[in-house]
Amino acid sequence: MSLLAVRDLAVARGGLRAVEGVHFALAPGAALVLRGPNGIGKTTLLRTLAGLQPAVAGVIEAAADSMAYAGHSDGLKPALSAAENLRFWAEIFGGRDIEAALAAMNLRDLAARPAHALSAGQKRRLGLARLMVTGRPVWLLDEPTVSLDRDSVALFAAMLRAHLDRGGAAVIATHIDLGLHEAEILELGPFRAGRVPSQSRPAGFNEAFG
Amino acid sequence: MWALLIRDLRLATRSGGGFGLALAFFLIVCTLVPFGVGPEGGQLSRIAPGILWVGALLSCLLSLDRIFALDFEDGSLDLLATAPLPLEGAVAVKALAHWLVTGLPLALSAPVFALLLHLPGPAYPWLVASLVLGTPALSMLGAFGAAVTVGLRRGGLLMSLLVLPLYVPTLIFGAEAVRRGAAGADPVTPLVFLAAVTLSTLALTPFAAAAALRVNLR
Repeated sequence: MSLLAVRDLAVARGGLRAVEGVHFALAPGAALVLRGPNGIGKTTLLRTLAGLQPAVAGVIEAAADSMAYAGHSDGLKPALSAAENLRFWAEIFGGRDIEAALAAMNLRDLAARPAHALSAGQKRRLGLARLMVTGRPVWLLDEPTVSLDRDSVALFAAMLRAHLDRGGAAVIATHIDLGLHEAEILELGPFRAGRVPSQSRPAGFNEAFG
Repeated sequence: MWALLIRDLRLATRSGGGFGLALAFFLIVCTLVPFGVGPEGGQLSRIAPGILWVGALLSCLLSLDRIFALDFEDGSLDLLATAPLPLEGAVAVKALAHWLVTGLPLALSAPVFALLLHLPGPAYPWLVASLVLGTPALSMLGAFGAAVTVGLRRGGLLMSLLVLPLYVPTLIFGAEAVRRGAAGADPVTPLVFLAAVTLSTLALTPFAAAAALRVNLR
């Protein structure tokens, strides 16, 4: 039984198809790494999987409320402390304990600091710690390691590894090697949607508006 | 839901949250009107119900675009949309938080401002009652306007243009209740209509606002 199965999926950004015909299935413990040039539609695919936008075609099979999405922005409130930010998301997602998440991303010492006083990398770590308190099995990660230093990337890789070992799954758009040797790699290049050639220009006013 | 309400209240009352801004604006409007109209008591008390209601309405408008814009910018809205909490519920809770920091303080402090405008004595309880009954609709309709314009640059202005016409029924019945209270007539009928407008707004708008948010998040 797979946690997430995608068949013949097509996604669109701004009304234009980005990728189409995407197929994959994720069993518990599996990770899928999305690769592809900028603008191919990695973010669009992840947002579609998260349910933030509808698929143009195809089927996404997953249990309700099984996705945790981490996009480019971390969803942090500058006026709240790191612990308050994390506790808020823990309560929204069902009231899990935040201590384990703080420890996993080495945020204990920063817990009382307001989020506006955190560095970009520290904010990112806090945003990633949120994934743990959601308790969701499938993590959708969009460039999760942006602005992380090498030690923090290792921390994150360990957290991700623990998540997979617990029977979770992850779809990751990244160009960094996270040490997930068994992870499948999905090159999105071949799935680039054939751009429908723009309509031939109308010959004149009458053809266009008549 | 509680968590969201408490977070929004906490954000509103911390630095940069803008709590009290609406009240200060209301105070300034009520101070400016006697300067513009002249200090003659009879004239002031005749227009006081309308001025108080228009002032309350504009003060409410001031902080509306913050309901969703900040959450949209920092990505919280994406995360809320994928949370187990239904988006309709999140919209209603955020509108409630807006009302608790804007509408309710306005309603409770309105008698002080009414003093500046020479509102006749018997109208005071009706002023508070009409604001308590009417301002929830202002916050809820505002949440709808904010949801429609979220993500637009300079969306605040467009939002005002969208939302102000929707405020008309609330303004009419609210001001009419205070006017009748001031004249010693029976203000119950406009109050009942005011409550009906608020209730139907509360029942319908969360769905419209959530639908608009879903479209804007795409």
